[in-house]
Amino acid sequence: AKQRTRPSGRAIDTNIIMYATTRHVARVARRSASNVAVLGAAGGIGQPMSLLLKQNPLVGELSLYDVVNTPGVAADLSHCNTPASVRATVGVGNAAAALEGMDVVVIPAGVPRKPGMTRDDLFNTNASIVASLADACAQACPDAMFLIISNPVNSTVPIFAETLKKHGVYNKSKLMGVTTLDVVRANTFVAEHLGADVSATKVDVIGGHAGTTILPLLSQCGGAFDDDAIAALTQRIMFGGDEVVKAKDGAGSATLSMAYAGAHFAGQLLKAIDGEAGITECAFVESDVTAAPYFSTPVTLGKNGVEQIHGYGTLSAFEQDVLDKAVPDLVAQAEKGIKFAGEA
Amino acid sequence: MKRHPMVTSLRLFDVAPLAKGVAADVSHVDSAARVDGFVGDTQLGAALHGADVVLIPAGVPRKPGMTRDDLFNVNAGIVRDLTAAVATHAPAAILLVISNPVNSTVPIAAEVLKTRGVYDPKKLMGVTHLDVMRARTFVADAVGGEEDGERRRASGAFYTLVPIRPRSRERPSYDVPVVGGHAGVTILPLLSQTKPFPRGGFSEKEIASLTDRIQNGGTEVVEAKAGAGSATLSMAAAAAEFADLALRGLAGERGAWGCAYVDGGGGSEIKARGLEFFASKVRLGRRGVEQIAGLGRMTPGERVGLEKACEELRGSIAKGKAFVAAGGGDGGGAKK
Repeated sequence: AKQRTRPSGRAIDTNIIMYATTRHVARVARRSASNVAVLGAAGGIGQPMSLLLKQNPLVGELSLYDVVNTPGVAADLSHCNTPASVRATVGVGNAAAALEGMDVVVIPAGVPRKPGMTRDDLFNTNASIVASLADACAQACPDAMFLIISNPVNSTVPIFAETLKKHGVYNKSKLMGVTTLDVVRANTFVAEHLGADVSATKVDVIGGHAGTTILPLLSQCGGAFDDDAIAALTQRIMFGGDEVVKAKDGAGSATLSMAYAGAHFAGQLLKAIDGEAGITECAFVESDVTAAPYFSTPVTLGKNGVEQIHGYGTLSAFEQDVLDKAVPDLVAQAEKGIKFAGEA
Repeated sequence: MKRHPMVTSLRLFDVAPLAKGVAADVSHVDSAARVDGFVGDTQLGAALHGADVVLIPAGVPRKPGMTRDDLFNVNAGIVRDLTAAVATHAPAAILLVISNPVNSTVPIAAEVLKTRGVYDPKKLMGVTHLDVMRARTFVADAVGGEEDGERRRASGAFYTLVPIRPRSRERPSYDVPVVGGHAGVTILPLLSQTKPFPRGGFSEKEIASLTDRIQNGGTEVVEAKAGAGSATLSMAAAAAEFADLALRGLAGERGAWGCAYVDGGGGSEIKARGLEFFASKVRLGRRGVEQIAGLGRMTPGERVGLEKACEELRGSIAKGKAFVAAGGGDGGGAKK
């Protein structure tokens, strides 16, 4: 077929024009696929998130691990007609077998909150789980990228880092706490408030992933808000998780929206690994931007994980105040994690 | 469904209070659809009011050793009662029944709608798309290979009747019509009509093992889950894919073809056998089922399968109709 070009001179892929009669453009894939493991795949977040990952064409092998039930989940997912292959590993202490050959490891493992609990109340249970999984990762796939969802993220990310350091395999560009759900909530609540199109609403959220450490940058998102609205929206975004815990009344915390957010973030990372440029997402990473050792700001992702950590621009007085209060909390929560890992 | 661009209002209903929690959870996803949760009989009407499409996955799942028919006693009543509410509050909606045993629950829904004088056969469909998804997957697994992909690209045969997942370099995509019903031997994959037809076709052994695997795909998952349930994730994916076809059809899109268990399915050939419901290829549009395709050319082996499927379907359809005739079509029984 004749080589066609865009006005800019870039080539147009004629194969795409040929396929344009289909509902979904069937590209001849030139993309690389990454192997992705989900640790905690049989849980409330793990199952729906694994479905979304199974549907991602950039996933080569999807490895599901949990202490129970993963063979059933894998059998279920294996019937979906997408390219990713699925395998299951199950049982306490067997995570290493699930991690062989993995490029990206997503970790939602752990227990969820009940009404009245903070994310920090989960610390005692989830800290041990995360430390033990970090250990397995350090041995089985030290060069992989690690996406931490298990709460309290503000502490579990430092725990993971310290454990990797013990094995001498820590790479700060490859460890990310997933804060995407806060961004998703911010987009949703802000769009709802403004009566705007949510697909065009983009709010950056910096800080951490618990209550008052969550700082949505409303002053930078292009909307006009009065002071009451700023306070109310910030509160709602900070405590969006509590909203769902309360609505589920003991039956759990956010699972479906977290699965969506986790799969979205993982998907963005996969695109970056595949070579797509300009992929920028908020993520909780080792950072010099503030006094807190780990902090979330927009980061540009690339083939080797975090390529560039961006600052947070100019803050309003309200936001500066929230930040000033959040940083000491983040320092303390990181310390708690580092101390735990030191004693483990 | 929350992320589907054509959905403006998503109503989540269940008898369990958790429906409100699920709605709160899903409502945080940053897409346009509004989400509301509804719990219990008193809120069912509000959930249905103004709905264009109603999906019913409600009911209990199988445990190892059970057939879909073993679920009949519990699920029949659930489908009857929910359909009665649909008849009252959303009689013009497209009704997609997932609750098993589909072969019987769809006739149950039809009888309820008929009793209430609102039955439109174009609007009622049993969702069998998971069987199609399984057929596509198992055939691709069996045939597979880059060479095949190269061959098909060269021939230019890319578009298929039904949209399928973006193709990867390693994994070709196939579409297989699956007709009959949604249980065991009533699931009849027409492998001879696979598009694109793989070079060299299928051996007798492949046909037998693929057919067996497609028919028992559900059981495969029930056993793998060892008591923890039946297919949930793949069923959700399949139902969402089929709902997408229905929504696009409602929006006036042409070419929204899929397989579903419908009144008059299979065309005149099946009607001649006295089977009111049958799964076959259908085209969805503004009125629901706009066009029902005949079964096309079948191999002798497929014809044998057809006989077995029809025999079992006859009984399942009768069982569903009898359930409504005996218990009344107005959902008088208490919901379990």
